[in-house]
Amino acid sequence: MSVALPREILICTIARLLDGVRSVAVGASSPIPAAGAMLRRAMDEGQRRVRLSILGSVEHNFFTNGSVELFDSAGQGRLDAFFLGGGQIDGQANVNLVGTGEYPQSDVRWPGSFGSAYLYFTVPRVILFREEHSPRVFVDKVDFISAPGVSPPGVYRPGGPVALLTGKGLFSFDRTRPGFRLESIHPGHDLDEIEAATGFGFDHTGAPPTTIPPDAAALSLLRGRVLDELEETYPAFAADWRRDLAGATAKEVSA
Amino acid sequence: MTANLQALARRVKPGQCVALPVDYAGVSMAMTRPLIEHGAGDLHLVCVPTGGLQVDQLIGSGLVRRVETSAISLGEAGGAPRFNQAVREGRIELRDATCPAIHAGLLAAQKGVPFIPMRGLIGSDLLARRDDWKLTENPFSDQPDPIVLIPAITPDIAIFHAPMADMQGNVWIGRRRELAAMAYAATETLVTVERIVEHSLLADETTAAGTLPALYVTDIAVAPRGAWPYGLWGKYGTDTSELIRYAKAARSEDGFAEYMSRAEVPA
Repeated sequence: MSVALPREILICTIARLLDGVRSVAVGASSPIPAAGAMLRRAMDEGQRRVRLSILGSVEHNFFTNGSVELFDSAGQGRLDAFFLGGGQIDGQANVNLVGTGEYPQSDVRWPGSFGSAYLYFTVPRVILFREEHSPRVFVDKVDFISAPGVSPPGVYRPGGPVALLTGKGLFSFDRTRPGFRLESIHPGHDLDEIEAATGFGFDHTGAPPTTIPPDAAALSLLRGRVLDELEETYPAFAADWRRDLAGATAKEVSA
Repeated sequence: MTANLQALARRVKPGQCVALPVDYAGVSMAMTRPLIEHGAGDLHLVCVPTGGLQVDQLIGSGLVRRVETSAISLGEAGGAPRFNQAVREGRIELRDATCPAIHAGLLAAQKGVPFIPMRGLIGSDLLARRDDWKLTENPFSDQPDPIVLIPAITPDIAIFHAPMADMQGNVWIGRRRELAAMAYAATETLVTVERIVEHSLLADETTAAGTLPALYVTDIAVAPRGAWPYGLWGKYGTDTSELIRYAKAARSEDGFAEYMSRAEVPA
């Protein structure tokens, strides 16, 4: 089996961050989190039931009360984990899904806040995921707060961010400080590069470890069952992934 | 009680508030061109809870004054180009929301109450920018417990697409309960369906549970593949390549006009 593709390392890292969850939901336009949640479910099969709801999927969505049910179940504490992205994310874990510059006439307009301003408050394990790791994404202060990373005492807030996964590394989030800490660096990247690409300060050890790559069992589940399951909701992403795999195999054969 | 698409479109009057469903729930794309040809403008769209192709096309056609939504995108095909341009040029009024706030507003309308309280939101710029949302204190708590009130959203018209209706005007929506939520809240509801069935959907308990009663349905038109290029749950998938074609074309105003002038629904 060929070495793990960068996206496969991300998917496996997400599956690890979901260790122990009973229920996880994945929102719109999130193929990598969806695949990570599907991998978690496949890995735990026979030991623990992981309930998974993929927005936009018919097969991988157990809700029967329409799109409100995700929010209602989160409000009751039935949902353990969720994912949020962000056009901008800052060092306080504030998330901006709306746009850059002045609101409402944004310079660049993004789709919008989706369910972030609610789920960030109500889901205990929110994983921030943004593949592009650059200073325009990871800013000192977001231009618009779709959902705040932390809340003052007295505000009802059982939920919030626990980790930030990017194309270059994995961070944990400490709500008390508040701030991020670099936990590991993905293969092919280094600390200097991450510091240069991050617009906010973060904690780290002198030499953060390399992100654990997927083992053969995980890779096999990923490229078989997970890829097949993902195709229903994310056909374009799945096709692209298959092309990359075919390319990697061809390279190995010719090498 | 079935009408044609043009007759349905004529029910929409300028300045009305129109609720439209999220892209996977049953978007009546078949109504988009009739709505544009009818030309009732100055619309206030409410996306339940997000919008996509249909909203982008109505904005591109100049029919929209205000959009209340949690997001607008074309999913895997990327951002909504006409919406994005209208925002840049300040041509539409934005009411940025979050999904459960839109659900809460519709629920308030469904119940005939003025508002529904909702968790979250505090400290967000969404709340800061919405002068119609109110921050208050939980009157049942001994401790300080701030909470946000979301006012009722009462659309004049809701429009969606569903797999089937019966001769009495009952519509089968399965588990897409947001379609019922829209219809309960709205004054009128216009529905396009894949087909009309001869038997009553309420006669069989299996279909009755997922049926929106005719009480909430103003008019119905038959439109086979009426969600295309979106999919219809349990029936057909999304035509992503068509969404991508649109996304590319609609980057410019001319490209958008050219795209919209073409014939639709492939056989």
